[in-house]
Amino acid sequence: MTELMTQTGLETPPVRQTIEQDYPTGEILTMNMGPQHPSTHGVLRLILELEGETVLSIKPMVGYLHSGKEKLAETKTYHKFIPYTDRLDYLSPMANNTAFVQSVEVLLDVDLTERCKWLRMILCELARISSHLLSIGTHAMELGAMTVFLYAFREREKLYDLFEEICGARFTVSYMRVGGVGRPIPDGWLDKVKAFIDDFEQRLKDYSDLLTMNDIFVYRTRGVGKITSDEAIDLCLTGPSLRGSGVDVDIRRDAPYLLYDQVVFDVPTQRQGDVYARYQVRMAEMHESRRILYQCLEKIPESGPLNIDNPKICYPPRERVKESMEDLIHHFLLASDGIYVPEGEAYAPIEASKGELGFYIHSTGGFTPNRLKIRSPSFVNLQSLSKMSEGGLLADVVAVIGSIDLVLGEIDR
Amino acid sequence: MPPLAADEFLAIAADVVRGTDLAVVHECLSIHNEATIVLEKANIVEIIRRLKTDDRTRLNALVDINAIDWFESGREPRFDVVYHLYSYKTFNRLRLRCPVGEQSGQNNIDSVCELWSGANFMERETFDMFGIIFNNHPDMRRIIMPDNWEGHPLRKDFPLGGSESFYYKQDTHEYAGEPNDLVPRIRVQESDV
Repeated sequence: MTELMTQTGLETPPVRQTIEQDYPTGEILTMNMGPQHPSTHGVLRLILELEGETVLSIKPMVGYLHSGKEKLAETKTYHKFIPYTDRLDYLSPMANNTAFVQSVEVLLDVDLTERCKWLRMILCELARISSHLLSIGTHAMELGAMTVFLYAFREREKLYDLFEEICGARFTVSYMRVGGVGRPIPDGWLDKVKAFIDDFEQRLKDYSDLLTMNDIFVYRTRGVGKITSDEAIDLCLTGPSLRGSGVDVDIRRDAPYLLYDQVVFDVPTQRQGDVYARYQVRMAEMHESRRILYQCLEKIPESGPLNIDNPKICYPPRERVKESMEDLIHHFLLASDGIYVPEGEAYAPIEASKGELGFYIHSTGGFTPNRLKIRSPSFVNLQSLSKMSEGGLLADVVAVIGSIDLVLGEIDR
Repeated sequence: MPPLAADEFLAIAADVVRGTDLAVVHECLSIHNEATIVLEKANIVEIIRRLKTDDRTRLNALVDINAIDWFESGREPRFDVVYHLYSYKTFNRLRLRCPVGEQSGQNNIDSVCELWSGANFMERETFDMFGIIFNNHPDMRRIIMPDNWEGHPLRKDFPLGGSESFYYKQDTHEYAGEPNDLVPRIRVQESDV
């Protein structure tokens, strides 16, 4: 980022001047925004209190996309719930799958194969890139820059091709399984990932050229939606929004899951805590994801098993089912009854693209969970919207929503 | 510095909780490398404040608040309110579970909104889904279900398919509702039938 700034000869981007407001004050207008508003990323409804064009407070009204996933989970086996996790944060389904099966694996005391861990890391980082691309693309589009959106979707298209090749679905992948993954890695797939991230460096630079020093974008984002680090912790923010306020935390580094302790990467943070800082964090995170992906591709074993060899937990390979009686029985039992999970509770969060995503599973011993709570980052992060927008202009609310990166599928569950 | 093992941290946290002289601790569990303290709901705000500010624990981040319904096992009190705390300094996690009853007068617990304003939505969701009231909460309303919704959906005795089924009447061209027999209540207690 600093490199780019020095290239253009500017130390720091210009700051927007305050606009003198010219209208009668004291009149408070209550206004409804959404749930059909195109800039609310779905069906978010906001009740705005305005004085002139200044926002006094915002009340988010959520629940329009409520589908009762937590209730449904109590009647479904653990495998049957995996497709529902795709529909939470539908921009990074791979990460949602990983978070869910990780909690189940903690309850079952499963130790994954090394190849599977590296593969999950690759997929999680690809999902992060995909999610951040959409976030930045739509954010820029809402502020008037159409080009970035289209370019970002070009890159996401390539990512979807990669997902489609490995699991057969582009959007709702349902690829992870308890104890492994759904399908083997296709031949040459890892080379395609490498080709993508090789190419992606230039693409990232392109987006940066379009936005980072873009006067209009900077005017719309710098000093807008400010939040200090103390306020961010007080509001339970997580993810890039928290790191944009200068709090240096990242679960991947602080309490590593999978094999994140074996890769080297930085956790980008910004001190300003405004919309622009959050944008910078996301851009830098995509750079870091590239770094992690290179190391993963280097370290993933060439061959070896992906799934664990425990037929009570993980489906046996298809070829064996056709030949071996025991494997057929196990396959049948897993498909009909599901996995038996002993009594206990587990919460194994991951650092998803939007923040801390975790599934709290409480089991009383059985084939379905007694309680499954989805701790989704967007639901908690949404609370900061009011704090960030207070005292700002109405037009900046859209910029702030884009910078928190909300996904309504995850908020309403 | 990596976080401590759960049992080590649990010993420290239990020490801090007991040191307040306010807590009635039922159990300290360390399973799957996750620390859990089960304690009475009385003085919960003061206990969490101590855990948040004490130098030994420094659990300065609230991750989640939710609840568990023990209806099927018939345990009394019926609910558990679950707090997930996290430390941005030492990266340890702690889970607190507080039993909360079902009858009015018992179905409440103090709100931690004064410690983290981010607890607002989490407590509202718990109220919405389980009917547990959080005392001193600034805005105790439903959040996900509509305001005129009856019942609390995540309670185990709430039917999965809703309490009414609606269908279209061909002859009168209107939607009619009737008590839902198609979707049975899941595992109703005998006293309820």
